[in-house]
Amino acid sequence: MTRKLLVGPFNRVEGDLEIRLDIRDDAVASAQVNSPLFRGFEMMLAGKDPRDALTIVPRICGICSISQSAAAALALGQAAGVTPTPQGARATAILHAVENLADHVTHFALFFMPDFARPAYAGRDWHGPAVERFTAMQGSAARQLTEGRAQLLHITGMLAGKWPHTLAIQPGGVTKAPDARDRVRILSTLRSFRRTLEATIFGAKLEDYAALTTLSDLYGWTTGDAALFLRIAADLGLAASGQGPRRYLSAGAYPQGAQRLTRAGLLDHGTLKPFDPTQITEDLSHAWMLGETAHPAQGQTVPDEDMRADAYSWCKAPRLGGQVVECGALARQAVDGHPLALALADEGGVRARVAARLLEIARTQIWLEEAAQALDPSAIFLEPFTLPKSGQGVGLVEAARGTLGHWLRIEKGRIASYQIVAPTTWNFSPRDAQGLPGALEAALVGAPVAEGEETPLSVQHIVRSFDPCMVCTVH
Amino acid sequence: MNLLWLQSAGCGGCTMSLLCAEDPNVFDLMADGGIEFLWHPSFSEATGAEVTRLLAAIEAGEQTLDVLAVEGSIVTGPKGTGRYHMLAGTGRSMLDWVRALAPLARDVVAVGTCAAYGGVTSAGGNPAGATGLQYEGQLAGGALPPSFRARSGRPVINIAGCPTHPGWVAETLLLMAEDRLSEADLDDFGRPRLYTDHLVHHACTKNEFYEYKASATKLSEMGCMMEHLGCVGTQAVGDCNIRGWNGEGSCTRAGYPCIACTAPEFEEPNHPFTETPTIAGIPIGLPSDMPKAWFMALASLSKAATPRRIGVNAVSDRIRVPPGAKRNSK
Repeated sequence: MTRKLLVGPFNRVEGDLEIRLDIRDDAVASAQVNSPLFRGFEMMLAGKDPRDALTIVPRICGICSISQSAAAALALGQAAGVTPTPQGARATAILHAVENLADHVTHFALFFMPDFARPAYAGRDWHGPAVERFTAMQGSAARQLTEGRAQLLHITGMLAGKWPHTLAIQPGGVTKAPDARDRVRILSTLRSFRRTLEATIFGAKLEDYAALTTLSDLYGWTTGDAALFLRIAADLGLAASGQGPRRYLSAGAYPQGAQRLTRAGLLDHGTLKPFDPTQITEDLSHAWMLGETAHPAQGQTVPDEDMRADAYSWCKAPRLGGQVVECGALARQAVDGHPLALALADEGGVRARVAARLLEIARTQIWLEEAAQALDPSAIFLEPFTLPKSGQGVGLVEAARGTLGHWLRIEKGRIASYQIVAPTTWNFSPRDAQGLPGALEAALVGAPVAEGEETPLSVQHIVRSFDPCMVCTVH
Repeated sequence: MNLLWLQSAGCGGCTMSLLCAEDPNVFDLMADGGIEFLWHPSFSEATGAEVTRLLAAIEAGEQTLDVLAVEGSIVTGPKGTGRYHMLAGTGRSMLDWVRALAPLARDVVAVGTCAAYGGVTSAGGNPAGATGLQYEGQLAGGALPPSFRARSGRPVINIAGCPTHPGWVAETLLLMAEDRLSEADLDDFGRPRLYTDHLVHHACTKNEFYEYKASATKLSEMGCMMEHLGCVGTQAVGDCNIRGWNGEGSCTRAGYPCIACTAPEFEEPNHPFTETPTIAGIPIGLPSDMPKAWFMALASLSKAATPRRIGVNAVSDRIRVPPGAKRNSK
């Protein structure tokens, strides 16, 4: 028996998402992922003073705002031949890591877990705890972690004025030189957030979760909401569902001088290869965009106002060496070589994505404490910069959801071209000219659909396991 | 009071900002104030078909709608169709949905500057044809006509800000839930006066520098940013420096200028955001309610009278000369 489903509005993802499903024999036979919103940031930026990018690009996205700032600052810095001072880079990385940490917690507590509190799961032996902890807007974990997140973001208030949409992050560092009092306050806020994480998600020391090395270690984890998730995942078969392409991309998170805190690379079916950004192309065959497949440095954004019938999304289809890749916390941790993440990368489904995100929460919090400890209030935090009349720059960073790239070209002192490839552009791309489906489109194939289901739960779990940010996707 | 929240063409940052509400958290804050979310795109359990049924029930009059809150601009392109933003799963544009639902609501709230006036989504050449709900920039009339009134008789309530402050949204909604927000509580651009009766300048920590026109010459310096760095906090409405953001923060406290993100058309200042345009060395855009000649006379006097402490600190990235009689004696 075959039927078609149109799924939307797809909520508890950031931004707008619509999915078309062909269902055959009680499973998804094929999927088309549509990003139904076009705003045109790349077009808005053309012709502007390049410095204005620092005000405009964070406003692409209210959840990855600092990631957008950081990518723009890197691209402008490359064009100007300026790098952040060491402490400026540290402050930028602290801000960026705080955003990524807050986003991961938001995803787990507010976007992903509430589905397991649905009445459709009543009768499962884990349903009671899921309802108590994660019922949308009411669960005890939703409240604790929302409060914890709001307090964690005090660090952005202190170092960057506000969140989202700061102008503090600049090519040469940050506009605010934190003093000794700011530093101890940041440390206090972090210690408080650690207490929240250890009392809720982990039910144990963060270091214990970060020290897990094998899948059997992980499945033996018995505390906190992590254990609840693992129990649910085992019961619902979430390890096997939502299989990704097993090609994992990371540009390396948090630049510190010539180094990055986490490794850059492409983990291709277990083999680590260098990440070569020149191999990126954006294919427009199934996007409502005009023009040819191009590298983002040569790319254009010309929307197809007629919305031709053989396209189905405003999202372009980025490919690396012609291939589909997956990015995000799982990719980042696996490329970085964490043993548990490598094992999860091999598992490659819904459980792996979520368990690796929890791993990254633990590791990021631990790193933040060290980084804040080493803030030096006597240092210089900002190097001024002067932009050339013509030049170009690339900014590659790791947003919560994966690899984010900005490609900038300046001519006659103005922005001549600005192209952006965001994490969910990679993960939720439409098909390319070869007919290759995007990572999510492929991951949905085989998802079970019960008779009468209009918005299949299996599809919801798979989609949300990627933690999509749809406003970044098309921008 | 029930509330339907729709995310239109924006960044979602006003929702993310609302999640930063404290004392108590946003969910308790709303529930305790008698505000019930019929649906919110980031918070609610319901998705897909559950939501399209709710929208149909509202449209059919089977479900009463107290507040329609819209976050994000409304895009009208391409070619006036609104198809740059189709509400997923419905086959209809957000433009069409907003026009259908707004007259059914007791009140309509625009959350953030995009929803109020178009905002950053309408920057540059406005490629998507973005407009606000009841304003297009400073001009009355957006996705809804200037004459639009919700069932209460009130126009769209514009909680402008980029992002908007969680307190501004919470307090506006809490007052509405008590039915204590009248049209007289809104300013000329439909913004709640609970925050627009103040200027960003009020309680700005750089005010002593402002008094002496002791100016920062580049970002990260502590001096006033009006003269050189594009700061318009003396004209911008908002209590940002009174109540603080994310704890104790504000734009000017973090060393970068106020860009008047609560104002219509802030996205196109006609100069780089971090640079003050000048005519013959005089910054344009001085405080709007002060005679210019007086301002210039006072400025030159106060500049001449600047104590060394303030002059040195203004161009430093931290306090170099602390207050105190001994150090100030030279």
